Amino acid sequence: MKKFDYVKPKTLAEASAFMVEHDGEARLYAGGTDVLILMRGGFITPQYIVDIKEIPGLRDISFDETAGLNIGAATALNAVASSPIIREKFGLLAEAAETVGSYQVRNRATIGGNICNASPSADTVPALLVLGAMTWVFGGGGEKAIPLDAFLTGPGETVLGPGDILTSIQVPLPPAGNAYRYLKLGRVRAADLALVGVAVLGFPQVRNPSGYGFRIALGAVAPTPIRAPEAEAVLAESVDDEAVERAALAAMRTAKPISDVRASADYRSAMVRVLTRRGIKEVLQDLYQMSNAQ
Amino acid sequence: MRDQITLTVNGETELLEVESHRTLLQVLREDLDLTGTKDGCNSGECGACTVLFDGEPVNACLVLAVEADGHEVVTIEGLAQGGALDPLQRAFINRNAVQCGFCTPGMIISARALLGRNPRPSEMEIRQAIAGNLCRCTGYTRIVEAVESVVAQGH
Repeated sequence: MKKFDYVKPKTLAEASAFMVEHDGEARLYAGGTDVLILMRGGFITPQYIVDIKEIPGLRDISFDETAGLNIGAATALNAVASSPIIREKFGLLAEAAETVGSYQVRNRATIGGNICNASPSADTVPALLVLGAMTWVFGGGGEKAIPLDAFLTGPGETVLGPGDILTSIQVPLPPAGNAYRYLKLGRVRAADLALVGVAVLGFPQVRNPSGYGFRIALGAVAPTPIRAPEAEAVLAESVDDEAVERAALAAMRTAKPISDVRASADYRSAMVRVLTRRGIKEVLQDLYQMSNAQ
Repeated sequence: MRDQITLTVNGETELLEVESHRTLLQVLREDLDLTGTKDGCNSGECGACTVLFDGEPVNACLVLAVEADGHEVVTIEGLAQGGALDPLQRAFINRNAVQCGFCTPGMIISARALLGRNPRPSEMEIRQAIAGNLCRCTGYTRIVEAVESVVAQGH
């Protein structure tokens, strides 16, 4: 690794100003599990590493009934996965966070880093998309809210400009009575990147002919993780076996996977259908069990 | 850029001067001669460099030494207490869970941390806890059994 200077600003304003002043030669740094790899591979060669994880507030998790959940961007993934409020009310996010890397990696890797690294296969993103997450970005002396689906623009690309810092992720309460799954297919069941990731959230929705609402997001099969609105629309009409098949097919058609060292596009495409079908069926099982229990 | 750092390693306070680009792994091995922690992949995938950082397992290859300032690090060398092996170390020996031994320090650190947060893990929980520690020799079976034997003894 080439030599660099390590700086640790005490406030967001200080960090942002530094990034503007050294635009093009500085890199924001939290968990380091992506940045150090990129540096070792020679993909980035910053002269300054700007460690922001200990800036006050960036590791706070808070919840209130109106605003919902607020997670500091520098919160480690293990902290996300083990947070009682996240496990209780935003379980899909805990489930997804727990699939990233290994336990050791999750003690350092952060939710903000998972988002800002903007890998198409980022595991927390399908869950956050389905939950309707909002990113909060500090920059230009103020804070602005950007919906997560607008925040990510391509592989490794976000809307962040010089001096912009993701500070927190806000997640509204999902609909009452929801069930969820995050299904991740890797080459091995131990630590691996997602070849395909599918997040499914289902909930009772009397307005829909099927009686249920579904939100589905796909990871690792498009330039960014994406929602599957056609699949969701099928399930709004019906959730019988035939509809579940049609929804899985619709999700497969929404995906635009590529072939890479880990898997071919054809395989990924086929697995989108399998995982979506499986996710919907398991969520429906949970929903039926929950309504029987009432 | 050189920084002065103060950190606790295996209970001892260490004052070091380190360059920003050096990792905790490099500093442990090269500056402190604690070579029990291994460099397997230098990319956070194999877990051979696992150490406890404020009690939690991390890949030392992905921690800059300067980040360890003010923190507590425990390496495999720090597990034995007063000359007595940690129960996990004894179990790995007794259960033949060591072949080449390269993964062993990282495995034991991960397992020690697991038992600290979950004294009675299931087999699946053990396997998940060591998912970030790769072994090319044993096939993991005896490693898992070694951890289970310590659980059974109530350590």
